[in-house]
Amino acid sequence: MTTPQSASRPASPPRVGLFVTCLVDAMRPSVGFAALKLLRDAGCRVEVPDAQTCCGQPAFNSGDTADAAVLARRFIESFEPYDYVVGPSGSCVGMTRAHYEEVLSNDPAWSERARRLGERTYELMSFLVDVMHYTPTDVKLDSSFTYHDSCSGLRELGVHDQPRALLDKVTGLTLKPLEGNDVCCGFGGTFCVKYPSISNAVVTEKAEAIERSGAQLLLGGDLGCLMNMSGKLKRQGSKVRSLHAAEVLAGMGNGPAIGEED
Amino acid sequence: MQEATVSFKARAERALADPTLKLAIDRTTGTAERKRAVAMTQFPQFEAARERGKRIKDHVIANLDHYLLEFERNAIESGAKVHWASTAEEASQIVVSLCKQANAKRVTRVKSMLGEEIGLPHALDEAGIERVETDLAEHIVQLGGDRPSHIVWPSMHRTREQVSDMFKRAHRVPHQEETIEAMVASARRELRDKFLSADVSISGANFLIANTGATCTVTNEGNAELTTTPPRVHIVTAGIEKLVPSIEHAFLMLRLLVRSATGADVTQYTTFHCGPKQPGDRDGPEEFHIVLVDNGRTRMLRDAALKEMLRCIRCGACMNHCVVFRQLGGHVYGGTYPGPMGAVLTPVFDGLESSRDLPHACTMNGKCQEVCPVAIPLPTLLRGWRDRSWREGLEPTAARFGLSIHTFVASHPRLYRLGTAIAIKVMRLFSRGGLVRGMPGLGAWTKHRDFPAPARRSFMAMYKNSENKR
Ligand code: SF4
Repeated sequence: MTTPQSASRPASPPRVGLFVTCLVDAMRPSVGFAALKLLRDAGCRVEVPDAQTCCGQPAFNSGDTADAAVLARRFIESFEPYDYVVGPSGSCVGMTRAHYEEVLSNDPAWSERARRLGERTYELMSFLVDVMHYTPTDVKLDSSFTYHDSCSGLRELGVHDQPRALLDKVTGLTLKPLEGNDVCCGFGGTFCVKYPSISNAVVTEKAEAIERSGAQLLLGGDLGCLMNMSGKLKRQGSKVRSLHAAEVLAGMGNGPAIGEED
Repeated sequence: MQEATVSFKARAERALADPTLKLAIDRTTGTAERKRAVAMTQFPQFEAARERGKRIKDHVIANLDHYLLEFERNAIESGAKVHWASTAEEASQIVVSLCKQANAKRVTRVKSMLGEEIGLPHALDEAGIERVETDLAEHIVQLGGDRPSHIVWPSMHRTREQVSDMFKRAHRVPHQEETIEAMVASARRELRDKFLSADVSISGANFLIANTGATCTVTNEGNAELTTTPPRVHIVTAGIEKLVPSIEHAFLMLRLLVRSATGADVTQYTTFHCGPKQPGDRDGPEEFHIVLVDNGRTRMLRDAALKEMLRCIRCGACMNHCVVFRQLGGHVYGGTYPGPMGAVLTPVFDGLESSRDLPHACTMNGKCQEVCPVAIPLPTLLRGWRDRSWREGLEPTAARFGLSIHTFVASHPRLYRLGTAIAIKVMRLFSRGGLVRGMPGLGAWTKHRDFPAPARRSFMAMYKNSENKR
């Protein structure tokens, strides 16, 4: 599935429900605030639905479809009132956009609601570019970065060019291409703790590729993958600092990176 | 299966600790990946061909009974004998008894994964029939006494250095120079006269062509021709999903198969067999048998999801591009077929209980589906097995308990916020210098990588605060 390119920017400021995602909420709120700022700068009226919790992806990927369905219905109810739903994670948005219909397939009414909400649900970078036609201005960061394309965003949502287009507008920031940028980092949600040795072998190769890129920063659009890769880089004593792309775009690129003291 | 007694995780640990294996995997799959990528740049019609390929297979699968009967009719007309086997055991027994009827002392085999699936090498060995593997890679597997580790390159798990040693030990006139050519020549010297003196040859088929009753086999070594021509009896074993309506369809599928498997435009050899030697023919077998094997396929046909797996043309692209396979190789999977397609198929053949790790040991990154030439939604099928495993109670109690608590908490936002706040507090208790260290329960992560300390407060808590101040 690829993101449909909308012809023109919404005429009046759309009402956007920010889908914070569990990891950003608990681990790295700065990504959420970066998303908030970017969406507001892009001209959206942003609200953060209070009722949101978890999208049900851990249950879904464990084969527990019944529990996933409970959380899917909750999610739909919480976000249905908004024009758009936007989240800073390809994986969580992929869950709601590409899989809710399947999770709720036993119930035609709910799966139809899932489909309709899915059409209005976007990963942050693709929403900023494809829907809002947003271009960051006045963002500076003297550094070089390499970019990892997280799998769900890339393959379920077609997120690839959008973050690069946005980061290209950051003054002083240069891209150093990552060999195997579309190869999975070995995170895989619960996979990384269910099969830690296999996951470790995969992320070790990824960390080597990141080092070879020669970049000072590792950027990406999914906190889970970033925690996995930065965790390996840090363990190996690498100097590469890892941030969510939204943080850099929101001018927070000089703040503490993932795994640095706040 | 010699590995079945050791758990998947233990097998994985062993493979991960073997740098020679990793080197061998990287060489083979890395080359395959690069060559396929080049082939794709020269095959702009790939998407269209893939869509057609998918439709052809879906059509055949939906009308399998029709095409099977058509194939049988035409095969019989061409002089072939057609046998039906519903299980693996039945199939290998049919082949063994055909060999016995022919008084075979020596049989030559052309590599086929279906032969592996029905346990043919083992059944022939048991029956005391000398089995000569004519495919170079299968010859290496036979010398090593192990099983194929890849469906296209069965001896992928061996480096050429290891193969050189094996040949020197086993061949009568081994190679002197350490070149691939010299090693191939060594194998040829060893195998050539056996090719000619075999009583029966056994091969698989990549396609069964319904409107002619012919079978089609692709190889890169030409061993299919040489193997199947001299012996008096030729036996083809094939899964019933190998049917295509006509030779034109076979050619379209071939384009997809070969580019996806090796990155070449065509294989070196594409062989068609249609019936035994006819009056006036210079050579060919006197008897031609086709064994059509079900072994779980009609069961897959009845399952809306698994049905899609019957499209598989065994190209191996999914495993070449799988991050897990590229760390583990094929033997760890424990079944006949490895990699993503094997993780879908092994539970069908061996049961889910003994193979439940396979669908779980996947990051769901979707690369396999992206490269599959017949667009099989492999991650969805793997998730289907996870689902069934959950429903059948095969998942650990701790996971079931954990997820039901999680769902309860996540259904109550206030409770969820409280849980998050507590988790943050606990993690920060174990944090020093920006990292969580030595926290119980986090070992699977922190054994291999650092875990970042969470911020002081959750986003939701901080946001509420900032909005109240606004
Ligand atoms: S599942 Fe697809 S990619 Fe894998 S072997 Fe079968 S046809 Fe090839």
